[in-house]
Amino acid sequence: MDRRLRVLLGKPGLDGHDRGALVVARALRDAGFEVIYSGLHQTPEMLVNVAIQEAVDCIGLSIMSGAHDYLMPEVVRLLAQRGASDIFVFGGGIIPDEDVPPLLEAGVVAIFGPGTPTREIVEWLKAEAQSRASA
Amino acid sequence: MTHAPSLHSRAQRVLAGETIAAARLIRDVDDRREAARADLRELFPHVGKAHIIGVTGSPGVGKSSLVDALITEWRARGKTVAVVAVDPSSPFTGGAILGDRIRMQTHSLDPGVFIRSVASRGFLGGLSPSIDEIVLVFDAMGFDVILVETVGVGQGEVDIIRSSHTTLVVLSPNSGDDVQGLKAGLLEVADIFVVNKADLPGADRTRTMLKRMVNLGQGALRDPGWAIPTRSTSTTQGTPEERGIAALVDACVEHRDHLRGGPGLAERNASRLRSYVLRLAGEGLAGRLEKALLAHPDLAELERGETDPYAVANALIGTVTHEDL
Repeated sequence: MDRRLRVLLGKPGLDGHDRGALVVARALRDAGFEVIYSGLHQTPEMLVNVAIQEAVDCIGLSIMSGAHDYLMPEVVRLLAQRGASDIFVFGGGIIPDEDVPPLLEAGVVAIFGPGTPTREIVEWLKAEAQSRASA
Repeated sequence: MTHAPSLHSRAQRVLAGETIAAARLIRDVDDRREAARADLRELFPHVGKAHIIGVTGSPGVGKSSLVDALITEWRARGKTVAVVAVDPSSPFTGGAILGDRIRMQTHSLDPGVFIRSVASRGFLGGLSPSIDEIVLVFDAMGFDVILVETVGVGQGEVDIIRSSHTTLVVLSPNSGDDVQGLKAGLLEVADIFVVNKADLPGADRTRTMLKRMVNLGQGALRDPGWAIPTRSTSTTQGTPEERGIAALVDACVEHRDHLRGGPGLAERNASRLRSYVLRLAGEGLAGRLEKALLAHPDLAELERGETDPYAVANALIGTVTHEDL
């Protein structure tokens, strides 16, 4: 058996800044993940369809536009609606500290702000996926 | 062993068109999980309807954009389309960036389109070890057309011809002179040539090179009755006629009809099955040979120089061939 973690990195909404998503994509690739990058300007519906077709373990959402408080919970909600809530969601981007607790409450598992070392994201993802696989 | 399908087996859900069941089966196939085998056996009797089309060519010639345009055209003709897009895995970490579907975003909400990105996972030849099984799943689901996009290939990665009915070899303008056209490998395996980015300078030269090459021989090597057509396409510039996508789909349909009208289809299906079985058997044997070798008494002799690799290899084959896969 050759199980590889598969991650969808998504850019929902209208902002066009994907340098951060690409840096994370590269770090995950170098850590042995299979990374599907959505490209820019996706809707939550599109991302959830892609995540289901690709049978990923998780979705990472990168948002700089300020619309995270709608877009992130919406992805979580649609996954549940489609019977795919075992696909977990994490996020990053420009997200004010006070916005983080409500996002976590809505089912986003973690938020990584600007300046997070990529190694921290990699280690967290591995641990999270492993704990879910053995749960 | 019997395989009576239970009402809610995963295979039954796949046959009923459940995306989530199919996607997860493909994941298990790709991870080489034992659990996938029973489902695949249950799906196997349902295959045989799809037209399987390989799309291959060097990195950057526009395979993914072309696949995107082909999906649109086939959907306009009322056909459902599945895509398997292969990208390379890192030889160092096994990781991969699967970026082909970025070019196919417009189809992500269309229920008649299923796109799956696959990493090559160390498999040489431009495909992935699980390609035939993934195609099997899509075929059993009833997709009319299955497009298999290979990794960007060099001159020699031509395994796609053993997994598809029709192979498109995609080139971009200025891809070399007549001698390039004579070389063995990639250019030999085309059923249809596509000069993509035909709006760019140099497209005419590439087209001429291909036509001269085709005219030097007598039809396709595998199929002398088929005159290999060359189609020019652009996915960014021009009127629909100038973009040439409909004409390319017409050529694919003509090739399928040509295969159906003669022995071609049966031959290619037989060749696909042989290659599938060999891949399965080889995979099963390789694992067993490795295990048997480590436990083999002759290994110590070999390390002391008292026997040779040929003798040990023969002995090893003898020890594993009497078990069931």
